[in-house]
Amino acid sequence: MENKKILEVRDLVVSFDTFQGSVQAVRGVSWYLNRKETIAIVGESGCGKTVTIQTVVGLNPKKNGSVKGGEVLFEGKNLLDLTPKQMRKVQGNQLSIIFQDPFTYLNPTMTVGEQIMEPYLQHHAVSREEARQKAIEILKLISLPSPEENMKRYPHQLSGGMRQRIMIAMALICSPRIVFADEPTTALDVTIQAQIIELMNSLKEKIDTSIVLITHDMGVVANMADRIYVMYAGQIVEHGDSDTVFHRPKHPYTWGLLNSVPRLDKKVADDLYSIPGTPPDLIEPPKGCAFAARCPYAMNICRTSQPPRIEFEEKEHYASCWLNHPECIRRRGPVRREGASDGK
Amino acid sequence: MENNRTPILELKDVKTYFRVPRGVLKAVNGVSLTIYKGETVGLVGESGCGKSTLGKTIMRLYRPDEGQVLFEGKDIWSYRKKEKKEYTKNVQMIFQDPYACLDPLSVVSDIVAEGMKIHKMYSKAELENRVLELLGMVGLNRDHASRFPHEFSGGQRQRIGIARALSLEPKLIVCDEPISALDVSIQAQVVNLLKRLQKEMGLSYLFVTHDLSMVRQISNRIAVMYLGSLVEIADSEDIYSKNYHPYTRALLSAIPIADPAVERERKRILLQGDVPSPVNLPEGCNFCNRCPYAGEECRKKKPELRQMEPGHLVACHRAGKI
Repeated sequence: MENKKILEVRDLVVSFDTFQGSVQAVRGVSWYLNRKETIAIVGESGCGKTVTIQTVVGLNPKKNGSVKGGEVLFEGKNLLDLTPKQMRKVQGNQLSIIFQDPFTYLNPTMTVGEQIMEPYLQHHAVSREEARQKAIEILKLISLPSPEENMKRYPHQLSGGMRQRIMIAMALICSPRIVFADEPTTALDVTIQAQIIELMNSLKEKIDTSIVLITHDMGVVANMADRIYVMYAGQIVEHGDSDTVFHRPKHPYTWGLLNSVPRLDKKVADDLYSIPGTPPDLIEPPKGCAFAARCPYAMNICRTSQPPRIEFEEKEHYASCWLNHPECIRRRGPVRREGASDGK
Repeated sequence: MENNRTPILELKDVKTYFRVPRGVLKAVNGVSLTIYKGETVGLVGESGCGKSTLGKTIMRLYRPDEGQVLFEGKDIWSYRKKEKKEYTKNVQMIFQDPYACLDPLSVVSDIVAEGMKIHKMYSKAELENRVLELLGMVGLNRDHASRFPHEFSGGQRQRIGIARALSLEPKLIVCDEPISALDVSIQAQVVNLLKRLQKEMGLSYLFVTHDLSMVRQISNRIAVMYLGSLVEIADSEDIYSKNYHPYTRALLSAIPIADPAVERERKRILLQGDVPSPVNLPEGCNFCNRCPYAGEECRKKKPELRQMEPGHLVACHRAGKI
């Protein structure tokens, strides 16, 4: 087991200035990624997971979005210090990204072949013919049928699953060290989703890359991730390896997330568990725990002070919740998760 | 229970075709299905299988090329003017995209009231109370009535869409992927709301979706659709435990289970390739080019729905043998 960190994010703070005030989208987030590893960042829409990785790969608009603090260490360099020109050498080359909706991110006026070759031509001094060969090679790797034919087509001529494969090919052609996948399967049908998950898992071995997966689908996470970061309202609320987070979660938000997923291998409950309410307004985040207003186990302290990070016996498993504090004497809430009927 | 059910909607060999430059696109290709009063039927399939077209055919938005749609025993295309209007009141739709289906220039109370105004159901004073009552039913309040759609989150917008559908006191609601644009925890809220409303008002639902794990929570029966035809119809639990069609099995096996320990043990049926184009359908079984069990017969003859057990229909030559 080689445990070499290749990317580390430390205390990242990002906010966006709007007329109403500044939206604190990411509020002090730290995580790291090892070589050949898949981590998942899990949370609801608006929890800041996409903003986090956009900042890491330098896609955040400078105009009204600004990084207020923290650092992103990649191979010893802080990516936030790089000039745009230096950053462009890294983007698409060592770090690449797979977007959620393959149709909006592909250029409708270029053949997909051109689009796959583009990053390779940009980053390497090669002829078009060499780039074409490389593109065919990568399309074979991701088992797209008849690559030569398909490279001449335009995005609208391809199905959703094929477009997502094209996105993956574009992300992989420069053999990146890290691939960021932002909800790579949400726009796809389940049978195609299963194909893409299988493909991405196999690629990790084939081309020695690491994956940062962003999703709200716990089923996809269970299939791909080695470690999981649970994010809520711009903060990491729980972290642990995949089995620990799924089987011994410690944060009520993680319980809620896991319980609201209907499971095919369990009986149907009368009512699905749902987390009441909606995430807080990040222009004025609550003083205490951000989840307190929706948490069925909230105590007085939760509303007044931020919960500290509390570590557990499993390796690197931690959660930010007062319920786990040694001074919390009457601990409420499920000890173990049991189907979808838990909760209130 | 089985015997005294009255059908509210019957589809009899419905075929809805579209003429396209390359030929005839058979979006719905011979679907027969009955929905009973107070029941939820889940209609499941991948994108492009014709499930939304079927929903719109039921809404009387598309006229079927062949076959009949009977509502309470009467063909909806034999209606006179007055009956037509009555039908638009009895059958309502909840749409997939809560961002696209609400008029951005109208406030919520106008959106919810519009249908009731058209059908002249209430006087002006009553109307206002009725709107507030409807908003209360779906978990919104008085303050929300004067806001515009862009001020709401996806889950709240879907609630507005539900309030609008309920406003006409319909008997049947066609829910076209009502939850697929929402976050998981919000999906559960909306499904629970739909279930509660059904209990209170005795509604029938046709729940169109591609999400086999969520549809199980709300449906009494489930129909699986592939390329314009139904391949399996059964009671909700039977689809999950006693399924016969290889496509149903593949669909179920493709759904990831939120548990890494279970996933490691699980064997997955991976379907090869994509759904073929519905313009030039294969001669035999629609599924034969992706089916791991396809034999000689499957390539030559299209299988008909046949009963495997009471109330459990399957369209597969090899059902029961594989």
